[in-house]
Parts: sequence; structure tokens; C-alpha cells
Amino acid sequence: MKPLGKNGRKKLEKVHIRLRVNGEETEVAFAPHKTLLEVLREDLRLTGTKHGCELGECGCCAVLVDGRPVLSCLALGVAMEGHEITTVEGMAVGTELHPLQQTFAELGAAQCGYCTPGILLTAKALLETNSRPSRDEIKEALAGNLCRCTGYIKILEAVELAAARMAGGQAEPAKETIYGWE
Amino acid sequence: MAGNNGGKRGLRVVGKPFVKVDAKAKCIGELKYADDLFLPRMLHTKLLRSTVPHARIISIDVSKAKAYPGVHAALTGADLPPITYGALPVSEDEYPLAIGKVRMVGDPVAAIAAVDEDVATEALDLIDVQYEPLPVVTSIQDAYSMPEPRIHEYGELGNIHRRQVYEFGSVEAGFAEADHVREDITFYEGSTHLALEQHASLAQFSHDGKLTLWTSTQDMHYLHRHLAKVLEMPASHIRVIATPNGGGFGGKCDPFNHEIVVCKLAMVTGRPVKICLTREEVFYCHRGRHPVLMSTKTGYKKDGSITAMHHRTILDGGAYGGHGVASTFYTGILQPTTYTLPNYRFEAVRVFTNKAPCGPKRGHGTPQPRWAQEIQMDKIADHLGLDPAEIRKQHAIAPNSITANWIRIGTLSLRQCIDKVVAGSGWKDKFRKLPHGKGIGIACSAYMTGTQTPIYYNKLPHSGVQLKLDRSGGVCVFCGSAEIGQGSDSILAYIVAEVLGIDPFDIRVVTGDTDLTPVDLGSYSSRVTLMTGNAAIEAAERVRHMLREAVSAKLEVPGERLSFADRRVFDSQNPDKGVSFVDAVCLAEEKYGTLGTTGSYKPPAAPGKYKGSTIGPSPAFSCTAAIAEVEVHPETGIVVVPRVWIAHDIGQAINPVLAVGQIEGCVYMGLGEALMEEMTYRGNRNLVHKFPSFLEYKSPTTLEMCDVITYLVEEPDANGPFGAKEVGQGPQLPVPPAIANAIYDAVGVRVDEIPLTPDKVLKAIRAKAKGQEGRYGPSVFPTCPMPPAMVVPTPFQGGDGKALEREPAVSKK
Repeated sequence: MKPLGKNGRKKLEKVHIRLRVNGEETEVAFAPHKTLLEVLREDLRLTGTKHGCELGECGCCAVLVDGRPVLSCLALGVAMEGHEITTVEGMAVGTELHPLQQTFAELGAAQCGYCTPGILLTAKALLETNSRPSRDEIKEALAGNLCRCTGYIKILEAVELAAARMAGGQAEPAKETIYGWE
Repeated sequence: MAGNNGGKRGLRVVGKPFVKVDAKAKCIGELKYADDLFLPRMLHTKLLRSTVPHARIISIDVSKAKAYPGVHAALTGADLPPITYGALPVSEDEYPLAIGKVRMVGDPVAAIAAVDEDVATEALDLIDVQYEPLPVVTSIQDAYSMPEPRIHEYGELGNIHRRQVYEFGSVEAGFAEADHVREDITFYEGSTHLALEQHASLAQFSHDGKLTLWTSTQDMHYLHRHLAKVLEMPASHIRVIATPNGGGFGGKCDPFNHEIVVCKLAMVTGRPVKICLTREEVFYCHRGRHPVLMSTKTGYKKDGSITAMHHRTILDGGAYGGHGVASTFYTGILQPTTYTLPNYRFEAVRVFTNKAPCGPKRGHGTPQPRWAQEIQMDKIADHLGLDPAEIRKQHAIAPNSITANWIRIGTLSLRQCIDKVVAGSGWKDKFRKLPHGKGIGIACSAYMTGTQTPIYYNKLPHSGVQLKLDRSGGVCVFCGSAEIGQGSDSILAYIVAEVLGIDPFDIRVVTGDTDLTPVDLGSYSSRVTLMTGNAAIEAAERVRHMLREAVSAKLEVPGERLSFADRRVFDSQNPDKGVSFVDAVCLAEEKYGTLGTTGSYKPPAAPGKYKGSTIGPSPAFSCTAAIAEVEVHPETGIVVVPRVWIAHDIGQAINPVLAVGQIEGCVYMGLGEALMEEMTYRGNRNLVHKFPSFLEYKSPTTLEMCDVITYLVEEPDANGPFGAKEVGQGPQLPVPPAIANAIYDAVGVRVDEIPLTPDKVLKAIRAKAKGQEGRYGPSVFPTCPMPPAMVVPTPFQGGDGKALEREPAVSKK
């Protein structure tokens, strides 16, 4: 139960801080117990960041903090001052999709799309430190992101395809990825 | 090229891997799911849920909560009309908020609407509920031995909800013909959908007296009807918008109490009201896979042909009916659709227990009996010394046949599917030849493409599509289907684009809105592509006819010579002579006035005429063969599945990359159910869920997921749009039994109980090492009084699809 002031009304309790989200500085006021997830979705209306448990178990809410994947449901908004936050809304440059966004769309790696933002950002962080990861390295990096639709396969293939394209190739998906095996 | 059947058939869009119409919105975080919606002055709702599994409610006092600063309304069951609702008309047994008693931990008792979720949560603590506990029914065994106290008054017998007994042909005669008869008792544990999106709903009541609900639902149409009933409002004053579902898998099919509650709160407060369930609450909403205990007694000949099957199932239904009566039928009624089965007796019982209600999860009621038959087939093949792939191939049901229970099968390339996985996996070099600890197993299945009967009786179309075209050349498709990630919006665009010769991205798709879109029954039963697709073809062909007539008059070319392709309408004998699609639309608008067409679809009648024969028939059946490879650690019992080969007869892939994705998703969900997923409760601790969280309810991550080698087999079916059949559910069915059969190949033990967890595998290995039967699984099948069977002569006996009079009626004459 929250403490009430002398007049029976709740005390003013919001903190007012400056956050840097997707390269833009923004001022925001919110209750200090709010998680980064809540601040992003409720106060900045960046609803591209999803939630599946709010307990740090599913990976849906992953965002990048200074380039590293962080579960935004476990991070406090107040602790984010001075950090660079990237959400899925910040991945495309203008109308040009990030190669990962492009390959996820091409291969149907986003079925219901709900786990997609967290996976895209986690994969982006991986590719920035390891530009040509092996299948096992991708699996390891994404092991904390649950997906119930795809069986992960199209996701792994989309990360590999994006990595190949980012390395400068004109890579196309394998025929079996699109049509199945002969 | 495999999977490019469309190209071979001269199709330009169908069969090609076009990007989904909503894929980019999903990848840039633009798509709005229900909880992403915010309205000015919006209030937030929390539900107070029962902490006891079974009790009478003595009193509920919400006065303190109501007075709490920031609270705008507090509701209990007394604030709503005492009207029940539920997914099926035969089991409308739920209240939006409990009245009189609670039947499970998690039953909603009161609701708060407040300025934010924190205030609403704090106010819940101020509600005082007094319960008088009642004895608790924890299991099938309890339900059989405890007719009182009844969880519901309307069940058939004490806590037995429903019993179904059918005999098609004569199992006695069939067993007499058999060389061998074996009975296997097996168990398939319940599991849950675990969609990543938690259920969310937002209601708004406007001052003109109309109500709008945005909600994560798969079945908007049925929900619409339930809202009208429970809120006592004309349905025409209620608008339900199915927001894109963040995963469904059957878990968002039922009408839910929280959906009705936010509507009522919006009506009481005059403000928009939103709810988003916590993950724990989603576990208690459930409606997932029923735990099913099965006894399967099968007569077979030396060649492996089946002469008769007596299949009995008991479903632990949980606290409410939901879709349970249908689930009960599905634990047996599709059993005759995979292998030839001349005589079949099916007895099913569903019981009520004080746990989260079960219902439809991917495969709805059929993965359990498929598991039972497929592991038994493996034992039969082993006993006869036959190859389990060959035995399946030999006795696979023939295409264009009618089963013993009067289900009509159209195309069915099960033999071709078996050939694909046998060749691809190197089966012949591996089966019974791999080193100890490694194994390979096969299983098959068939599944329906939509059900022939709607949930409530009516003769109306199952699916409707409207098309709007105007002088801009713009084409808009309206359909009441719900996009749950399977790509149903895209399928509409692909099909209309194919018929009109334009690009799918020229088309706007509007779906899932009862005010704007014609009725479609929803995303369940693998019905959407077939039914919305056929409706879309009809609507598109009607408008194409108008365009053709208008262009024919303008160009002075006979209409039948005109082709539609590449955004043009042109003379097929002189392709340079033509008009652009935009001009064709303008000409048609000139000729006919404002352009709009409709299309609708209703499945063909089924040949069965007996009571209950409407469940099971489908316009088309898909089929699947799967081979799993396993590694079993003999000292820990840990099972690893490196690879699954799977071939699925989809009729025609409308989009191959989406079809392959559905199959991979099916393998994944089957793998999870096979190895780790289980909905279990603490019987001695108030029957709470053992682990209602993502962390402890185990599901496969990238690290447990196997490789999948997918083969699309395309044998177009006359009833499918461009020949398409289902792909979203059927391919899950053979995965768990293929893994169980592979475990036997690896270490020579049978685990007849899902999930195949290491403890069970190890117990079977140890039993075998001690010289006992190398098996883990149930050995007792409890019985309860059953009504006489409905006896239906089969097509093979020259029956007419009707039932004989029941035996007691005959003896009275």
C-alpha cells in the first residue's frame, strides 16, 4: 500500500529523467519502481517491445542497452539514465529495414511476430560482435528467447542469411528453406 | 522443384514464397496487439481469483476496495446477470465472475477497475471473501469414486461430464477374424499452449450505447454471440475486433471471463477499460491439451492388417465444459482416418476435476489417440517381425474412400509421404541397425481441414468474403477471419491476387472486425485457408467476370479470350491488346456502378446420418509421415532428438515458405509435448499448478529443438482452394509417437506415457535390466457405467450412414 500525504492524497512520486532511446534524447517522468519495459511501452508508447511474462523468463522484452541485450522487464527505468537504449523501432534506418528485419520477413521467421522484436535485437547484438556466427553460436545466443510458432528454424536461417548479406554477399535462401526438400 | 506445384499448374501467385502482408509491420514493431492499444481516460482491470480449488462462497465484501483512492468500480458476480456462457451450447457452464461457488484455483471472484494496474492490484487486497471449502476432485480416479459433491449439476453422472459410445460394424466379429489381439493402456499428459502473448482485452462503451471490444481472440464470431447473451445487448450494438494474436494454438478460442468483465466495467464506468493477464493467470485460463488415459485393443492379422479396434478414452476435463465435448469426440472419431479399420468401437468419458479447464490445443483431442495407435502399430510390427514403415504403407487408408464411421476422405497421399521420409532418412540402413543408445522411429497421421459443422447449429455460410474495388484500381478484401500468426490475412491477398492477375501487395486486407467484415467462424480446426480461400475465390471470380465483360465490350474481344495477369487484362491471343488493371476497374465501374462482390463457403454434407456424425467430417484430409532419430543416454534416461524427417500432403501450398514454417512449428510443439511439457498440479496443496511460469514449465529452446527435414507433398484436393489442404495442426500428430518408437529402437524399452521424461525412460531401462518388462506406463484402466453403444453399420457392411436402434429399444419390442 502506498503512503498517503496529510491531505489523504498520494504524494507526488514520479522521477523525471532524461533517456536516450533509438538515438534520440527524451525526457520522461514515471514512478521510480517502473521497469524499463513499462517506461518504454506506457510512458514512451514504444509498444514494439513486448512482454510475455514480466519475470525475465521468455525474452520477449529484450532491448539493447549500450549494444548489449537486456531484459527490459528486469531493468529499472531509473537506472537507464546515461545509457543508449535501442528498441525494435530503432533498427530500421528511415524506411530501410535492417538486414535482419528483411530476412525475418522473407523467410516467415516472424509468424505471430510477438517474440520477434526481442529476437531481432538479440540477434543484432550477436552479429555486431560475431559477424559470421555458426549455427550453434546463433542457437546459444538466442537460447533465452522463446518462440512457440516457428520451432526456431526459420529464425536461425534468417539470422544466417542476414549475416551473409551484411558481409557483402548477394546471399539468397537455400531452396530447401523455401520449398522443402525434394 | 518440390513445393513449386503452383508454377507447374500455371499459377502466378499461389505456390510462390511471397512475403506475408503483415511481416514488415511485425519486424519493425509497428503491429498493434491488444495490450499495445491505449485510449484516453483508459482504466485498468485486475481480477481477484479464487485461492481455493472448490468452495461455496459465503460472502464477498468489496466496499473497502471500492472506496480506495483511484478505484472506479468493483464488480462481483452479483453485478452481472446470472447468465452462463461457454464455448459449446451443450456446456454453457461459466459465469464471468463466480456466483455461489468456485470450482478451481484461479476462478475470478471480483474485478476492480482503477486508474492504473498498481492501484487495481492494491485494491484486490481489500476485498474480503469467505469460502466454505468443499471436497476436492483432483483426478480421473477421484471423479470416478466421488460422485458428490458435484462440480457441476448438469453432468451425466456425478462428476462424469460426458460419455460417448459408438460401435461401427462389429468389433466382436473383427476380433474373431484376427490372428492376434493386443490391448495397450497409455497416457498422454496435458500440456498448455504457452502463446507468448498474454491474453489482453480493451473495451469501450460509447455514448450512443454501442460497445467495442478489442481482444486477442481466435474466434471473434462466437465471442460476439456470447457477449450479446451475457450482457443482454443486441449483437448488432457490439463490435468485436480480433487484434492480431501473439500466438493462439487454440488457447484463445474460448470466450473468456475477462473479456466479458472489461465490457461490463466499460459500461459501468463510461471509460475505456483494459486488462492484460499475467503469465500465471494465463496458466489458469488454460483450455489446453486434455490429459487422456487410453485403452486400445486391436485385432490384427499376420500381414499387419487391422480387423477391429476397441478404443477407450478418459479425459480429465478440469473445472469447466469449454470445448470439452468436442475434444471428447476427437479422442476417437478420427482414429479410422489413417489406416484401414473395418470395425471400430469407441468409448469416451470426460470428467470434471477442480483444475484449469482443458480444451482445444493444436490437434484438438487427436494427438492423444494418434499416439496410442502409433505406438501400438510399432508393437504390432515388432511382434509380427514386419517393418513398421512397410506395415503403415500397406494398410494406409485409400484416397477417395469412406471410413467405418462415415468420414469421407478425398485425396490422401500417405504412401507417398512414407516413401519420402523412408528414403530421406536412410530408414532401411538404420532401423534396428544403429548402435545401442541410438534409434529411429516412424509414425503417421491424417487430419481434417476444417470441420463440417459450426459450433452452434445453423445453415449459414462458414466463411464470407467481400471485395471492394474502385477507380483507383485499389482492391480491398474484407473477411472475419482472425490472424493468429499462421498467415490468414496473407492467404486472402494471395488468392485474390491470383484470380485478378495482380500483385498481393496491390491488395488491402481488412479482417477480424464484426462491424466491417462478413462472418468467418474463426481460426480453429485448420479451417481458415480452405474456407476463407474458397469464399475469396468466389468473390474474386464474380468481380473478375464484371471486369471481363467491361473490357470485352471496350476492346471488342470475346470475354473468354481475356486473361488477367501482370496487372493487365488482355487478349490471350494477342497479348499486346489489353488494358491496365486500373483501367479495367474503371471500365467496370462505368458499366456496373460502384463495384463490390461477395463470396461465401459452406462445407459439403457428410455421408453419416447418425447422431454425432457431424463431428469428424471435413472437406479435405491432410496426412503426414514422420521419422525421428533419437539418442538415449542409458544411465540417465535423457532423450535427445537430433533430427526429424517429415512429409506432409498439403494438397497445394498457397505459400511454400509459410507451409514449411507451419510444419517446423508442428514438429517443435510435438517435440515439446513428447519430451518435457506437462500441466501438473499439487494435489496435496490446494490443487495449485506446480509451475505456472515459463521458467519451470519446460518448453524447447533453440538448444533442444531438432533439425527438421521437411517434404511438401502436393496432391491437390477438389475441395480446397487451388487444391489446398491444412498444414497447421496435422504435422504435429506423428511427432511424439515417432520419438517413442525411436526410443524403443535405441534401448529396447517402451514408455507408454507422455511426456517421455528421463525418469520414466530410466525406470523402464532399469526394469528391463532386472529381467522385468522394459516398460513404463499405466497398467490399469478404470471403468464406469456406460450407456449402450450407438451401433452404426459401416459402408463395408452396406450401411446407409444411419444408426441401428439402440439395443434396449430393440429388446422392448
